[in-house]
Amino acid sequence: MKEEFNIISNLIEENTRVLDVGCGNGDLMKFLQENKTKDIRGLEISKEKVQNCLSKGLTVIEGNAESDLKQFPKSSFDYVILSQTLQAFLNPELVINELLKVGKKVIVTIPNFGYWRVRLQLLIKGTMPVTENLPHEWYNTPNLHMCTIKDFYNFCSTKNIKIYKSIALKKSRISLINKSNLNYKNLDSHLGIFLIES
Amino acid sequence: MNKNIDTKKIIISNPIKLDCGKEINNFPIAYETYGELNSEKSNAILVFHALTGDQYVSGKNPITNKDGWWSYVVGENKPIDTNKFFVICANVIGGCMGSYGPSTINESTGKQIGTDFPIITINDMVNAQYELIKYLEIEKLFAVVGGSMGGMQVLQFVANFPDKAKLAIPIACTSSHSAQNIAFNELGRQAIMADSKWENGFYSNYKLNPDKGLAVARMAAHITYLSEKGLQEKFGRKLQDRDSLRYGFEADFQIESYLRYQGSVFVDRFDANSYLYITRAMDYFDLSKQYKGNLSDAFKKTKTKFFVISFTSDWLYPTSENREIVIALNSIGADVGFVEIESDKGHDSFLLDVPSFLKTLGDYINSTYKIINERRI
Repeated sequence: MKEEFNIISNLIEENTRVLDVGCGNGDLMKFLQENKTKDIRGLEISKEKVQNCLSKGLTVIEGNAESDLKQFPKSSFDYVILSQTLQAFLNPELVINELLKVGKKVIVTIPNFGYWRVRLQLLIKGTMPVTENLPHEWYNTPNLHMCTIKDFYNFCSTKNIKIYKSIALKKSRISLINKSNLNYKNLDSHLGIFLIES
Repeated sequence: MNKNIDTKKIIISNPIKLDCGKEINNFPIAYETYGELNSEKSNAILVFHALTGDQYVSGKNPITNKDGWWSYVVGENKPIDTNKFFVICANVIGGCMGSYGPSTINESTGKQIGTDFPIITINDMVNAQYELIKYLEIEKLFAVVGGSMGGMQVLQFVANFPDKAKLAIPIACTSSHSAQNIAFNELGRQAIMADSKWENGFYSNYKLNPDKGLAVARMAAHITYLSEKGLQEKFGRKLQDRDSLRYGFEADFQIESYLRYQGSVFVDRFDANSYLYITRAMDYFDLSKQYKGNLSDAFKKTKTKFFVISFTSDWLYPTSENREIVIALNSIGADVGFVEIESDKGHDSFLLDVPSFLKTLGDYINSTYKIINERRI
């Protein structure tokens, strides 16, 4: 978690306007507030988590990214962050489009389904993968649309979404993703972090 | 009603031009304060009361001898902690707890003003209360807070005085009274006006009181403050002090007895004409219309931080209407937080012991106070 927060924080310029979509209990918001910018908002679907955020004095709105991002004006945030949530949406493509409208730049992080540990579970054990990053069983997982780093990379090029920076994370080891090492990074990283723009 | 009690009062000498076109001056505003104003005058919270509320937010209400209407929220060690904050609440104009209203005595005639009192609006109420803030010499309030009609006043206050509050918390309210809201208010008004003792509003001249009509108005309104589930769970079809039906029109059911009781205690503390005037003010409330149909414009000039709260079972001011306020604020990039609190206590949830509401509200106010003060340093 901490590494992901650091990477995201490094992608953000100081004193900019940030929206954290699916902000959970506000840990990333708090981290960015202390390190980067005071001007940060959150959107979260769970009442309980929204209440936790508000209790900390964070500005969070209870709402659903799939329906409620529309209410924000175009380019009203310098950065919109979607941290490990894309896979949980009914319609990830629609959400990405909304994010790209609301934010001048968008940071998406993806738990990589192409990570060798994940692949191995399906290949060897023949069961749906359960890992530290993806702790749910198939019957109770909120994750509807799992994807790999390569999937998202290809998605961006198909949809003409500009990738500013793509970073792979394995444990605490950080590396850059590019076209030539894509297959390797897709196998060897548990998390992908993308800075994109429409 | 205006009994002989010691209400804190100031006389507003500045003339105020009402929305109806009339002008009022030299009129009283009754208010109460709790806690102490700090030396920087940075800890003041103005609380706005709802339709039948008054200035007695906390502690014992000297008129009813019951706890103040927001005792769960305001007081020592409560979510709005009076050890820390200076809380101000004024009786709205049109009210009957000492502020200028239809039961105020007209000094030239020695009689109550009655329905010669001008029609007032939420805007007028807020403008009058702003005079109190000036009198108290508070340059900037830390927060303005209120539920229901109090929430409408919060919205109107920030629209009228965009740089006078750091934080605004409208709870269980709306930016514009819906047809359903107006319909219920009209039902209440008709009940009062149909009472033969109303005498076109001049009942006090005849030493009369339309208490039957007012009680019916209160009973009908009280139902709208609860939820179907809440009513069913609390009362169901339980009988009142009897084992079987009596085959008559006495209060066989507990819910009937409860409503009758609510009606009867209400008439002892509330003036029928005030009920007419205040419900009218609520019906006339349409903040977006004041800004040519664009609610966002009401908040364009403000940097005030907003926190909007609604309740799941509130069908009088449903979440969708509270969300419209959030959407209007978001569309101009205002600083707004929002949560819908789970509760089956209906619209009244904001007045009752709803732990997740009280905790979220208290934590939010306290952490925001800390953050804002730290930033200033």
